[in-house]
Amino acid sequence: MSALLSGTNVVRNYGATPALRGVDLAVDEGEIVAVTGPSGCGKSTLLHCLAGILRPDAGTVTYRDQNIGLWSEAARSRLRRTDFGVLFQFGQLVPELTAVENVALPLLLAGSGRREARSVAAEWLDRLGVAELAEQRPGAMSGGQQQRCATARALVTQPRVLFADEPTGALDVLTGEQVLGEIVRVARELGTAVVLVTHAASVAAYADREIVLRDGVLDPTGLGLGVAR
Amino acid sequence: MSTAHVLLGLLAGGPRHGYDLKRAHDESLPRAKPLAFGQVYATLGRLERDGYVTESGQDRDGGPDRTSYELTDDGRRHLDTWLSAVEPPAPYVTSEIFSKVVVALHAADAERARDYLVAQRAAHMSRMRELTTAKSTPAASIGDVIAADYAIGHLEADLRWLQTTLTRVAGLSKEVTN
Repeated sequence: MSALLSGTNVVRNYGATPALRGVDLAVDEGEIVAVTGPSGCGKSTLLHCLAGILRPDAGTVTYRDQNIGLWSEAARSRLRRTDFGVLFQFGQLVPELTAVENVALPLLLAGSGRREARSVAAEWLDRLGVAELAEQRPGAMSGGQQQRCATARALVTQPRVLFADEPTGALDVLTGEQVLGEIVRVARELGTAVVLVTHAASVAAYADREIVLRDGVLDPTGLGLGVAR
Repeated sequence: MSTAHVLLGLLAGGPRHGYDLKRAHDESLPRAKPLAFGQVYATLGRLERDGYVTESGQDRDGGPDRTSYELTDDGRRHLDTWLSAVEPPAPYVTSEIFSKVVVALHAADAERARDYLVAQRAAHMSRMRELTTAKSTPAASIGDVIAADYAIGHLEADLRWLQTTLTRVAGLSKEVTN
């Protein structure tokens, strides 16, 4: 069986600076994979390439046997609305919208009716333990509450893959642990695969396995032993 | 760690018999070595001799006679003293891992040292995943979670130190060769 999502020899540069120098990664259906490594190792760039936000300069990104690196921006954007969910360190909720409106957004973009979208969004806020925040705006919420809403928004379309970039990086240890526990629990319930980018070993420990990046390449030792510069 | 003090602490909540103490000990300290019955009774014997506990009754719950013990005033004072005494932060690092990593870094056989470091890191990560899963299950008691947190915190510190040490050593050798 081929992997759900895979990157093969993925290369990405920022101007003259190489961020990824040929990375391979395959993620199976329902699998939780942590991508770790020190700051600047290329882990966020890899997430952006796999999620179709960035196009690799070389190499391929394959989702369900389709080379999505060749797709137009519009087609990749559509894929992110239907099959992928994305969660960043700072929830990036729309400040003018209430929690339930924020969570309903991906459903509305995918063509759901307003009433239906709000009702499903409210169920998702409940699932993430923040039902009472439905009519609050992000500015009135704590960081942990915002991340729970952002998680609900990322999962409301029941994506096949969730991309989470340091999702608890801005939270205190206990709040982060609760939010992470919820993300993992719901992903397992849905059978959603997760690509979890983190620099913390204790966060990576929530995943089924980890890959370590260093200077834009895979570090099979996890310790930077023998990684070519 | 002193088993005697833990037993005194468990008795601070009221009288208990030996079996009950063993069970409470293993539940409160789930990642510590389980207490043997023999050790419970031997410890209770010493605590009684020193006047820290006293027999408070017998009960026969369809089984053999069971002697309950309770804390004496002396026992309570002894427990208070232990609880308020600051543990001296360890003056020397004595971990087996510390010694092995340092020796590995100095060893002539770099390949072998490298294999050890990689395997040790993998073992640490695997244990952290196991502990994280254990503490995330709905059935986990607060005792399980606290014990897992303690173990995870130490494993993570080991990994951080290992990585920092390797980076430091790499920096030093670069300085020497440049």
